[in-house]
Amino acid sequence: MPHGARSIQVLRGEALSARQRVLRILGAAGPASLWLLIFFLVPLFLIVGVSFLSRGEFGTVERPWTIEPYRRLAGYGLLGFDPLHPIILARSLALGAGTALLCLLCALPLAFFIAGLRPTWKTAALTLVIIPLWTNLLIRTYAWQLLLAPEGVLSRVAATLGLIEAGSGLYPGAAAVYLCMVCDYLPFMVLPLYASVEKLDWSIAEAAMDLGANGWNVFRHALLPQIKPGLFAGSLLVFLPATGQFVIPDLLGGAKTSMIGNAIQQQFLASGDWPFGSAIAVVSLGVVMLALWAFSRQSRGKEEMDLL
Amino acid sequence: MVALALFLFLYAPIVAVVVFSFNAARFGTGWKGFTLEWYASLPGNQVALAAAWNTFLLALCSTAIATFLGTLLGYALRRYEFPGRRLLGRLLHVPVFVPDIIMAVSLLIFFGLVRKWCGLFELGLGTMIVAHVTFQIPFVAIVVRSRLAGLDPWLEEAAHDLGANAWQTFRKVTLPLMLPGVLAGAMLAFTMSLDDFVVSFFTSGPGSQTLPILIYGSARRGITPDINALSTLIIVLSALATVGVTLLQRKREG
Repeated sequence: MPHGARSIQVLRGEALSARQRVLRILGAAGPASLWLLIFFLVPLFLIVGVSFLSRGEFGTVERPWTIEPYRRLAGYGLLGFDPLHPIILARSLALGAGTALLCLLCALPLAFFIAGLRPTWKTAALTLVIIPLWTNLLIRTYAWQLLLAPEGVLSRVAATLGLIEAGSGLYPGAAAVYLCMVCDYLPFMVLPLYASVEKLDWSIAEAAMDLGANGWNVFRHALLPQIKPGLFAGSLLVFLPATGQFVIPDLLGGAKTSMIGNAIQQQFLASGDWPFGSAIAVVSLGVVMLALWAFSRQSRGKEEMDLL
Repeated sequence: MVALALFLFLYAPIVAVVVFSFNAARFGTGWKGFTLEWYASLPGNQVALAAAWNTFLLALCSTAIATFLGTLLGYALRRYEFPGRRLLGRLLHVPVFVPDIIMAVSLLIFFGLVRKWCGLFELGLGTMIVAHVTFQIPFVAIVVRSRLAGLDPWLEEAAHDLGANAWQTFRKVTLPLMLPGVLAGAMLAFTMSLDDFVVSFFTSGPGSQTLPILIYGSARRGITPDINALSTLIIVLSALATVGVTLLQRKREG
């Protein structure tokens, strides 16, 4: 193996036979790869397979092969057309995109603010962003039940403003879900965005200003292209988990905020309808793959990949 | 100002949990005075203690396995040239992005089918460890691989020239140099395991309840004050860990 073997032999200064080389690579990369093959890839293919089967007793599947689960997901049920599941799908995508957008709006000023701090304060501010990230998501989620309860301050303010009926809480509902989503995922947007802002070349912005561009145009044409890698990376880091989120809608939302994650959970743990649950999972997996593919096409320079 | 408001927003839920853990009210969210009662009752709470033990055991076992396998993989990806290396490196990002609920149900199906076929994988701590290792490996491998990028390959070569064999070189030179990366990967894996709820929820069995599962259950029924006390302890521990890691990193970077 002339070309493949070359680098390693020069690098380690030892002559390995092709056989030794193969054994070493297998020994190092093999176990983990095998593990991921068995416990990650095979199960993924399994859900694809199961999604084309018929449902058996609770939590079992049987033949014949069918596309019935997908027909149901598209809205064609036993009782005619029912848009419930298409709506859930659209709602989840909207939640993911909405959360990413809101996070972006909050993260932009925060990233610029942190980047402008003196080094000591910078580290402190970044640590402050990271601490919530290391704090259990479940705790940060149920906390909103306390914050948004009817007798809480926020609910009273909202009631005084006439946003909600007096005496009712902000939770459960879509507002609670969005608030909690943005709060939980904000660090994922701030960190890659900050990494991009930190590297900004401000001379381009200065040149734009000297040439008479107004504030918006400076941002749009001189700064935005430079922070695009962080922006894309952050959006992906928020959009993907937010779309599949099931704990937050489950704890803070009502029936009207049921998402893909809740639908999957219900099919597997409550209804025991594995084929239908798998079909929902396969479709959302498709969404993930699509987003990843679009992202990797965007980031040809590989710069974004490093941010992840 | 805006930044300050955003930090307030970020910390509002955490502060709320801490404050309510000192609230004397047994039910509801009204303030009924300061108490340490909920902390005092924790040591006698057998369910919480068992859950804490399970969480710790699960994180420890899965992190040990994932760090071992992930480190080897990260090392191979950086040091050796082999067909499929780039592809493998890219595929490693896929488990990172697949939503945890999909990984959870696919493992649930996998365990179910294998169990029916040969009786293995009875749901419990064992299946949870397997599941956690699966989502931890890619993170460890990615961290180790990126930390190895900054290593000077000549050091290995020097060791070899001085008469060390491959194993000695790895043991005495490469591993110590890799250690910060390995530790960083292990810390990440450990935290992810502690933090995980969804995958644990789907792959747990009777008697293998973890703290996140316990908290979820009580959040569904309505939070009780002792859960706030328990959560406050978890928050304090994670904050200390984060600050500790940051300080360590600063120290190493000089």
